[in-house]
Amino acid sequence: MTDLLPQLALFWRPGLTGALLALLLPLLGLYLRLRQEYWAALAYGQVGAAGALGALALGVPQIAGGLALSLAVAGMKHRLEKCLPAAGLFPLLFILGWSVSLLLTANLPGVERLGAALFEGQLYFAGAEMLCGAALALALGGFFLWRAGRLLLLACLCPAHFHARRLPAWPVRAGFDLLAAASLALAVMSLGVMGAFALVFIPPWLVFALAPGWRAALAAAPVLALLAYTLAFALALVHDQPFGPVLALVLGALALPVAVAARFAGHAERGK
Amino acid sequence: MNLLQVEQLAAGWRRPAHRPVSFALARGEILALAGPNGAGKSTLLAALAGSGARIFSGDIRRAPNLRIGFQTQHLPPVAGIPLSGAELLSLTGASPQGLPEPLAACLRRRLDKLSGGQRQYLALWSILQAPTDLLLLDEPGNHLDKAGLASLPSVLRARAARGTGIVLVSHDAELARACCDCLLRMEPCND
Repeated sequence: MTDLLPQLALFWRPGLTGALLALLLPLLGLYLRLRQEYWAALAYGQVGAAGALGALALGVPQIAGGLALSLAVAGMKHRLEKCLPAAGLFPLLFILGWSVSLLLTANLPGVERLGAALFEGQLYFAGAEMLCGAALALALGGFFLWRAGRLLLLACLCPAHFHARRLPAWPVRAGFDLLAAASLALAVMSLGVMGAFALVFIPPWLVFALAPGWRAALAAAPVLALLAYTLAFALALVHDQPFGPVLALVLGALALPVAVAARFAGHAERGK
Repeated sequence: MNLLQVEQLAAGWRRPAHRPVSFALARGEILALAGPNGAGKSTLLAALAGSGARIFSGDIRRAPNLRIGFQTQHLPPVAGIPLSGAELLSLTGASPQGLPEPLAACLRRRLDKLSGGQRQYLALWSILQAPTDLLLLDEPGNHLDKAGLASLPSVLRARAARGTGIVLVSHDAELARACCDCLLRMEPCND
């Protein structure tokens, strides 16, 4: 504990950045899972990483490059989907993003350090601009999901009724895609690709299995993510480990027994 | 004022699915669409809803600011999704008032923990009681249990009595006889 307190004082900015993202990402993950688009989280994240590395190579701020490329992909999503066979877009983008990122890292000495940080999730490098970005993403994302969450659910569960009612389609299409892309690009630049994906995937995966309803899921997923994040942050600081893998490990260690227990409880209930 | 005025309409996807039809629907009326499989009944509903079906000939005139509710044969894909019955109803703005007692009792449970019949009834209710002027129902009796089927005519009549126009597709001739004011027999377009 005596080691931890001075480090917390030193790293309050990255800590807060990650905490804000730990609240937002699971909320996005719930809707991505609902839309069966959680591959999108990996794709937007990896494309954002490639954009950040490319920007650095060109002497442009990395945050601008990551956001620009990720948002451009989200903006073209519907057009790209029409050109490709079913469900191929996001895995393909993920693979291409990964490949470009690694090639940039391997061939441009200037971006090597950032490349390693993006894959390891070196949260401790997050500066004031990243904190502002995370705060803005949480504020905008929270407001958007509060206002448009019902539309997102209705469009997914009762699409014919949604269209017949002539309800606004932009939040369900471009609005959500752009929000997810921007948030994932920001998250990757601080938490790393897999750290961000773990927050998008694992808490929603758990609450989908356990929550009695959607409201409960909306409340439980960010709480669970924040608890895991806090524990991972402390562990990574005390043991001087890269943050992304520690976060993924903590989330996995928390989730696996609960998921297995929920599975058996489900079997028992069906057996009655 | 009619809610819907349909003149010589032929709708379809790649080609017309049915012979041209004409009808008018006023507030509080229930119209049944009958005909063999492939006669274009569901396609006509999709055209009336403005949900993508192509109009090859004829015209649909809808009352201004018409609020349409559309129930297809597909159940909401709720497996594995944490959504309770009460939450499904609130999504469409449907009131749970009047819901049969056994279903009202399980509104707080997850939909994927209910039986197929209970889920179908709640899905139907969520559209049936949504704040709409015109309801388009495609085989509303599908997957309902005996009690659900028995209560359906009175539920539809009660909804129509509140001024809603209803167009329904049903293979159940008894249901159509029990609640519909008029019946439109459709024929496939074999041209």
